[in-house]
Amino acid sequence: MAKGKHWIEPHPQGIYVRPADIWIDPSGAQSRAFVTHGHADHARGGHGQVWATRETLAIMGLRYGTDEGTALRYGDIVEEGGVTFSLHSAGHVLGSAQILMEYQGERVVVTGDYKRRSDPTCAPFELVPCDIFITEATFGLPVFTHPPIAGEIGKLFDRLEVEPERCVLVGAYALGKAQRVIAELRAAGWDEPLYLHGALEKMCRLYEELGVDLGELRPVADTPKEEMVGKIVLCPPSALTDRWTRRLPDPVTAMASGWMRVRGRARQRNVELPLIISDHADWNELTDTIADLSPRETWITHGSEDGLLRWCELTQRKARALAMVGRGEEDDG
Amino acid sequence: MQRFAALIDRLIYTRSRNAKLHALATYLRDTPDPDRGWALAALTDSLDFPAVKSSTIRNLAGTRIDPDLFRLSRHHVGDTAETVALIWPGTEGVEPEDKRLSAVVDALAATTRTTAPDVVAGLLDRMDADSRYAMLKLALGGMRIGLSARLAKTAFAQAFDVSVDAVEEYWHALEPPYTELFAWAADGGPAPDLSTIPFFRPFMLSHPFEGESLDLSEYAAEWKWDGIRVQIARTAGETRLYSRGGDEISKAFPDIVAAFDVDGVVDGELMVRGEAQGAEVAGGGAASFNALQKRLGRKTVSKKMLAEAPAFIRLYDLLVDGSTDRRELPWHQRRGHLEKFVPRLAAERFDLSQVIDVPDFEALAELRASARDAAIEGVMLKRRDSPYLSGRKVGHWYKWKRDPLTADCVMMYAQRGNGRRASFYSDYTFGCWSDEGQLLPVGKAYSGFTDEELKMLDRFVRQNTLNRYGPVREVAKTMVLEVAFDSIHDSKRHKSGLAMRFPRIHRIRQDKPPEEADRVATLKAMVT
Repeated sequence: MAKGKHWIEPHPQGIYVRPADIWIDPSGAQSRAFVTHGHADHARGGHGQVWATRETLAIMGLRYGTDEGTALRYGDIVEEGGVTFSLHSAGHVLGSAQILMEYQGERVVVTGDYKRRSDPTCAPFELVPCDIFITEATFGLPVFTHPPIAGEIGKLFDRLEVEPERCVLVGAYALGKAQRVIAELRAAGWDEPLYLHGALEKMCRLYEELGVDLGELRPVADTPKEEMVGKIVLCPPSALTDRWTRRLPDPVTAMASGWMRVRGRARQRNVELPLIISDHADWNELTDTIADLSPRETWITHGSEDGLLRWCELTQRKARALAMVGRGEEDDG
Repeated sequence: MQRFAALIDRLIYTRSRNAKLHALATYLRDTPDPDRGWALAALTDSLDFPAVKSSTIRNLAGTRIDPDLFRLSRHHVGDTAETVALIWPGTEGVEPEDKRLSAVVDALAATTRTTAPDVVAGLLDRMDADSRYAMLKLALGGMRIGLSARLAKTAFAQAFDVSVDAVEEYWHALEPPYTELFAWAADGGPAPDLSTIPFFRPFMLSHPFEGESLDLSEYAAEWKWDGIRVQIARTAGETRLYSRGGDEISKAFPDIVAAFDVDGVVDGELMVRGEAQGAEVAGGGAASFNALQKRLGRKTVSKKMLAEAPAFIRLYDLLVDGSTDRRELPWHQRRGHLEKFVPRLAAERFDLSQVIDVPDFEALAELRASARDAAIEGVMLKRRDSPYLSGRKVGHWYKWKRDPLTADCVMMYAQRGNGRRASFYSDYTFGCWSDEGQLLPVGKAYSGFTDEELKMLDRFVRQNTLNRYGPVREVAKTMVLEVAFDSIHDSKRHKSGLAMRFPRIHRIRQDKPPEEADRVATLKAMVT
């Protein structure tokens, strides 16, 4: 990289694309923003002009009351201030996108969050060649390897069989994780109704409107306790130990998350049945992706950046953690 | 190994006792010998592989994993064995196989310091992550999964529909993998031969006394000392000390074990010499429970500790005299044998629990009322013609504890419970006022209230939360709880410098303004 400021500037509040005067996933309201996906730490309300996929805009509409913005399909091209933008599927949740930017012959990809495994609720990850790869590192430590999802779903069925007088309550994030778990249960042949905490209903309905079939879903609120014996119930993780659970028949507390890989984490949350199901790339996916792309530079946005940074060093790849950029920029060059 | 790994994880994540019992019983029934025996030994910390150390595992990790990545990962996971299990990269071309637990145990047992790293690495290479975790925990000893020996025995009895008492007796007689025990329980084989082993006999336990009066010609009274109930057994030159749960605690009390040099089995209260309790009572004084606590749960004990806190046993009962089982005899006859047995033992380590000599029940009630002053836990009432029965049978032994102390405290923090109570704030930390008018925590309680009261307290916590610290909620200091406790001691655990024994919520005092709650100084005056 040449001396002086790069045309892409990492800031604590987001990534700024100077020639286009556009922010990517800014944490506060900005006049012009690209949004990679609908999770709250990436998509905020109140921006002026927004570019995102149709699905992400719909999700933002559900959360912030307005879905205004320029809807892009994967591969559509937008030119702003000499920068060519395009979105490419990230495989994280429905509508999630990586952003490819080309400026004066240099290609930069921002992944947002991504995973490379199959997910029946969203398009698969696309490998986009680039010079600078700006990646997440949520699970950037070698202890985090997610097992195949079929085995985790199997654990859930096993538990229902061993304890038929109880129900299994799965804690899953309202956007993405819940719908993926539901779709995987359906794919594994579970065609019983699934019971939902109120906080999951709207998002599931939106997924269905956007063409993801989730089978029969019933609100827990309208269901007598006995009906849910031997059944599967889903709620957001925050509701797992909430008073709300008293209306369920002796629930087995399960949680679907990549963090469930670590026993202490599961115990801390009083989880009886940890399900290692994640919408983020695990250690092998993170390192394989960097190896596959072999970018000139890797920038790491968030997560366990120290681990991934160390791996880059060991494999002699140029890398930097963006969290440190603000403090040590001059040394970096 | 995968089945064993699945069992370990099931026990780690399950909080309910019944579910743990069920999981273990199913495993024991469905797993062949000798694997199930090894599993049982591992779960009850009865296995030791001296050649495999924590440092062996750490060094091994260093040969396969970059030290920086390992350090970062270890920091995140918080446990070396688990980090290695999760991170282990395997070896190109080596396929995982589901080895039998017994094969793993044999391999580990055959290691020396020199061969241990290669053997462990070879095992790790062939296992999935959950099996690696189970194997490393097995190799290092100390599963720490909250499974008491008592629970394991109960699960065993449940699995094969045999009596827990018999299991208790045979258990300690045998070595892992307990093949004879399984042959007896599962296949109707002969009962194991116990004649040369100082095995554990199930304790006779008591019920709380709730009646008005008892006829002292039928019942004898003894002081209820505040130590831990133990059994000491000696035969064929070997002595073993057991806790109430049947766990062997000989290593923590070498002073006691070495001094017991007469064949037999006796039941008594283990305490530390001192003056805190019962100094004026016949039999002499003992230190408070607090002093004993420093010696509990140790694998080894220093000379300094032995000198500072000399232990002794105050004997209550005699089960086996020489090699003669006396448990069938009535209490008064056993007592006669015990009185002849005690003088044969070293007086500094063993003395006799005195029978309280009172003319009638009224006099006893008066004496019990003074138990508080003598700092004794209360009195025991034992039917004179009862045999020594295992467990808690009605009508034979009663404990008549002194009345509890109480204090009015203010709720400060609350935390959710476990299992059925996972959605309730049911664990309360409460405090009393310092001289400076500050509330200082004095204890924590999670029992004593009815389901209705729990609902009310839960609602109070939710509606009066000031701050959240992870799972803990700080509440407005307006709820006065009358807390009952058996005794109170100096302690460094709480800022107030006090710790209560058996605290429970006695009454909810919504009628009382918080500023009228008790002061720390008042509680300090109750310290024993």
